[in-house]
Amino acid sequence: MINKVFSSFDEAVADIPNGASIAIECWGYPATPQNLIAALKRKGTKKLTVITHTFIPMVWPEEDAILPSALLPQMKKLITSIAGIMGLGAGAFLQEYVEKGLVVEIVGHGTLAARLYAGAAGLGGIYDPIGIGTLLEEGKEKRVIKGKEYLFQEPIKPDYAFITAHRADKLGNLVFKGGYRGDQPMMAMAAKTTIVEADKIVEVGEIEPEHVVTPGAFVDRIVEIPKDGYGTPEKGAKLIELLTQIGSVRDLLFGKVVQK
Amino acid sequence: MKQRLDEDTMAMRVAKELKDGDCANLGFGLPTLCALYVPEGIRFEAEAGILGYGPLVQANEVEKADWHYIDASGRFTRPAPGMACFDVIDSFIMIRSGRLISIMGGFQVSEKGDLANWNTGSGMLGGTIGGAMDLAVGAKRVIIMMQHTTKDGKPKIVKKCTYPLTAKESVDLVVTDLAVIEVTKKGLVLKETAPGWTAKEIQTLTEARLIISKDLKEIEL
Repeated sequence: MINKVFSSFDEAVADIPNGASIAIECWGYPATPQNLIAALKRKGTKKLTVITHTFIPMVWPEEDAILPSALLPQMKKLITSIAGIMGLGAGAFLQEYVEKGLVVEIVGHGTLAARLYAGAAGLGGIYDPIGIGTLLEEGKEKRVIKGKEYLFQEPIKPDYAFITAHRADKLGNLVFKGGYRGDQPMMAMAAKTTIVEADKIVEVGEIEPEHVVTPGAFVDRIVEIPKDGYGTPEKGAKLIELLTQIGSVRDLLFGKVVQK
Repeated sequence: MKQRLDEDTMAMRVAKELKDGDCANLGFGLPTLCALYVPEGIRFEAEAGILGYGPLVQANEVEKADWHYIDASGRFTRPAPGMACFDVIDSFIMIRSGRLISIMGGFQVSEKGDLANWNTGSGMLGGTIGGAMDLAVGAKRVIIMMQHTTKDGKPKIVKKCTYPLTAKESVDLVVTDLAVIEVTKKGLVLKETAPGWTAKEIQTLTEARLIISKDLKEIEL
């Protein structure tokens, strides 16, 4: 059986060359393959293209949680649907990098997912009704199909995908928990090389076949998240504690207290 | 000064638009309040790939927060019986194929139902699209919940949006702190007013021309 299990994150990202494109799941903080991001930061790979749903600044110490934005000094291009959020100064944190040459491509989330799917399926692109009549039309081919306008969107085919899974078996079959699935199945399918960090790596056969979400054929490397790694329940709880101390963030994260 | 509806009352009015069996996506900010007031049987969707999540974790029960269960606005929610988890392709097919009702906030709505709610005009880095464009174009029904005017009193219901558009001709209903307005082919129809407000008073705070409904009434909850 081919060995997909790597013993360290550094080893798992060791061959990523300068100029690589990497799809990285991120929904704010949740579902972020933080240990792989940290390893790529340590490695210092340059001229990266990062493809991610959410790209926001970190308002906490890097030792508690890390996001794709930690790679900013190493990036030449960003493709995202969320470049900063209003409550945290919107896109201001990107400005200095844009001035130094960072290219930012903004795309709707559904379009981003569809472009990854197109990349995975070998489609030459998609005609998408989203963005008609908006700033996103700029530079895009427009086509009328059966009386309706569409924009042409190119496929995205990243060199690598960074994935965070709940369980991975040694063949690379993946299970995700809650809302962590996100764009990850498409990213895993679209990338040439898919690298997974998993809460736990289990033996072949331990995952019910019907519960597999991403089959191992789409997965190349797996690393188990160690106890002192990023994204553990302890680190998650610590981050909640840190964020609840910031009033504006607390209001973003929690529901209003209902008086019974 | 006459009283405008508070945010909770607006949320209660919007919640009346939902009925048993509906699936809805609540956008960032004000719309999330609607979850507190909907009748039984409504299921909420989060773009990350959750349908039917449970009540939001409140600020006084932080220990229940779990990063695996986040709503469309990034708030902590919780698992509930019957909840389904799926990927973003499924999620956006749900959104784009008209299976959801979308309740979103807005910066501006035009007389044709154009929506601007992702960018206040400070360039491409000035805003966040997320799933807003998909929701505006693809949802079964698009309900915008917003203040009737800006903080400095300027109309948000306008002839033509000056902020970058989220989508053209996409809004079905606007619920503000002053009025309920339906977007029709003939134009914007004022259907309900906040208690004590006249149609004329609301028109003066609205740049677009309002057609007064024959059945104009005060907002009821």
